[in-house]
Amino acid sequence: MGVWAIAVHGGAGVDPNLPPQRQEQAKQLLTRCLHLGISALRSNASALDVVELVVRELETDPLFNSGRGSALTDKGTVEMEASIMDGTKRRCGAVSGITTVKNPISLARLVMDKSPHSYLAFNGAEEFARQQGVDVVENEYFITPENVGMLKLAKEANTILFDYRIPTVGHDSCGVGVEKSLQMNGLPISVYAPETVGCVVVDKEGRCAAGTSTGGLMNKMSGRIGDSPLIGAGTYACGVCGVSCTGEGEAIIRGTLAREVAAVMEYKGLGLQGAVDFVIKHRLDDGKAGLIAVSNTGEVAYGFNCNAMFRGCATEEGFMEVGIWD
Amino acid sequence: MGWAIALHGGAGDIPVSLPPEHRQPREEALRHCLQIGVDALQGKMHPLDVVELVVRELENIPHFNAGRGSVLTNKGTIEMEASIMDGRTKKCGAVSGLKTVVNAISLARLVMEKTPHIYLAFDGAEEFAKEQGVETVDPSHFITAENVERLHHAKEANIVQIDYSTQPLQNGTKKETSVVANGDSQLGTVGCVAVDSNGNLASATSTGGLVNKMVGRIGDSPIIGGGTYANELCAVSATGKGEAILRATVARDVAALMEFKGFSLMEAANCVVHERTPKGTVGLVAVSAAGEVATPYNTTGMFRACATEDGYSEVAIWSAS
Repeated sequence: MGVWAIAVHGGAGVDPNLPPQRQEQAKQLLTRCLHLGISALRSNASALDVVELVVRELETDPLFNSGRGSALTDKGTVEMEASIMDGTKRRCGAVSGITTVKNPISLARLVMDKSPHSYLAFNGAEEFARQQGVDVVENEYFITPENVGMLKLAKEANTILFDYRIPTVGHDSCGVGVEKSLQMNGLPISVYAPETVGCVVVDKEGRCAAGTSTGGLMNKMSGRIGDSPLIGAGTYACGVCGVSCTGEGEAIIRGTLAREVAAVMEYKGLGLQGAVDFVIKHRLDDGKAGLIAVSNTGEVAYGFNCNAMFRGCATEEGFMEVGIWD
Repeated sequence: MGWAIALHGGAGDIPVSLPPEHRQPREEALRHCLQIGVDALQGKMHPLDVVELVVRELENIPHFNAGRGSVLTNKGTIEMEASIMDGRTKKCGAVSGLKTVVNAISLARLVMEKTPHIYLAFDGAEEFAKEQGVETVDPSHFITAENVERLHHAKEANIVQIDYSTQPLQNGTKKETSVVANGDSQLGTVGCVAVDSNGNLASATSTGGLVNKMVGRIGDSPIIGGGTYANELCAVSATGKGEAILRATVARDVAALMEFKGFSLMEAANCVVHERTPKGTVGLVAVSAAGEVATPYNTTGMFRACATEDGYSEVAIWSAS
């Protein structure tokens, strides 16, 4: 019998001036999610069930950019997407363009378990949701006043906001630097926006699972799909590991980031941390991103090449950490 | 070193008994598309332009499951998807859920070049198409009689089929339908990969998806790393059962084996197809920076064509033996 491990994230790249209260709220949410997952793991829940449970919690809380609290499209609406993957047989499920389903990660799981397909989007996904009888609400439910305000700012600046903002950056340091505003996806970013969320788990049987959920980029074109629902990019799980990524969607897709961690472990024989470090260092070029990962031997690791990532991790041996900064 | 090109019109359970009236037009189409690609490469066209050009041609030909000739959803509608990737820059573009756009691959390229995004789908993608002024038509343009019949048969059998499979996917009995007798069910995703003598690589894949698929179903073709991938080592376009290709990240896996285990193109492509995916689910075409070509498949057949600068060329469906 192996040991379990779990990691959660609430997005990579954080405003160094994020008010302490926000930082505290974020850490509390991450801690709560870890405890939820740990509790389930101690009750012998499977990795897949724990991933779904934890991501649901992150989606329901409006703090991060998923479910309620999602970033808004250029039309002021919410379009959510998510994916989940079961490492055991590499079964996967994904959804995009979700507008009324309270918990996209659960719909993604239903696609995996109850449909002949792996990925459903937009009207087809919404129809499937109704057939499956999942909890649906009006699109307004997901919209928070804070995000309405941010969208307005974004439109005024006529740019797409990455889902978090940093007003200034020091090129190599995480501290406040000179005037130059940080570019992500070639676009400027601004003050506090919420984040993509994710969870990876390995249970006592050594089974890995991963899940990622998001509202996407603020002011995105309606119909835009990012990395979070793409298997191999934002989410991946196989026999050796489970990975969930966050950051610049384009960079994650081009780098097939989640899959890369597994490939480097399988083909180069690197251990989990080594694989995570390698991928963050070599697979992102100019892109900014972060990821969390677990291995089938009960390890947990994370990495990011921007200044910060909202994260938490815990192992059966008693290790527990919740952090934001480098 | 030299240029090389490979293209496919789909892998699947293509019976060796496929009647000439169904085999010949497809072989002819493959030959025609190959020639277009070869002429373009010889004319020093960039591989990214070459793969787009060839896939546009394949989309326009109704014999293959892309563009005109796309298979139908369970509601009898058309939903097309495609993706394209440039190996040197790793820039990519993808679209899904298209109903009126004549050439999905070109819209994917526009997403890559004209938006800050990589992937647009459904209404948003159609809106973008209108803004860009690309050619659109009434959805009925894409629907062929063969596909209406194919959907009808699939519904009767209550299956979702790879568009040419004679085997229902959910029960064990082999169902010989009139669709098979007519040879109508032999269609597939299309794709093209190319490399020029400077080692620039590109890949493009386009499809109508699975017959009788749920509305909104997305397969592997628009997924970077799944159905399409290109970097500085190779370019890959996969075809077959989308769900299997997706979970195995087929296109990326070929490149990963070359990069991390030092496999040659042929070794990597064969490994992915014959050792890392279930039999009967996958085929792919791939080219390497050095101008090599690989076209393995673990299904009964794969409509394909390829050529290299040193004069080698092939148009085939099954294996030589």
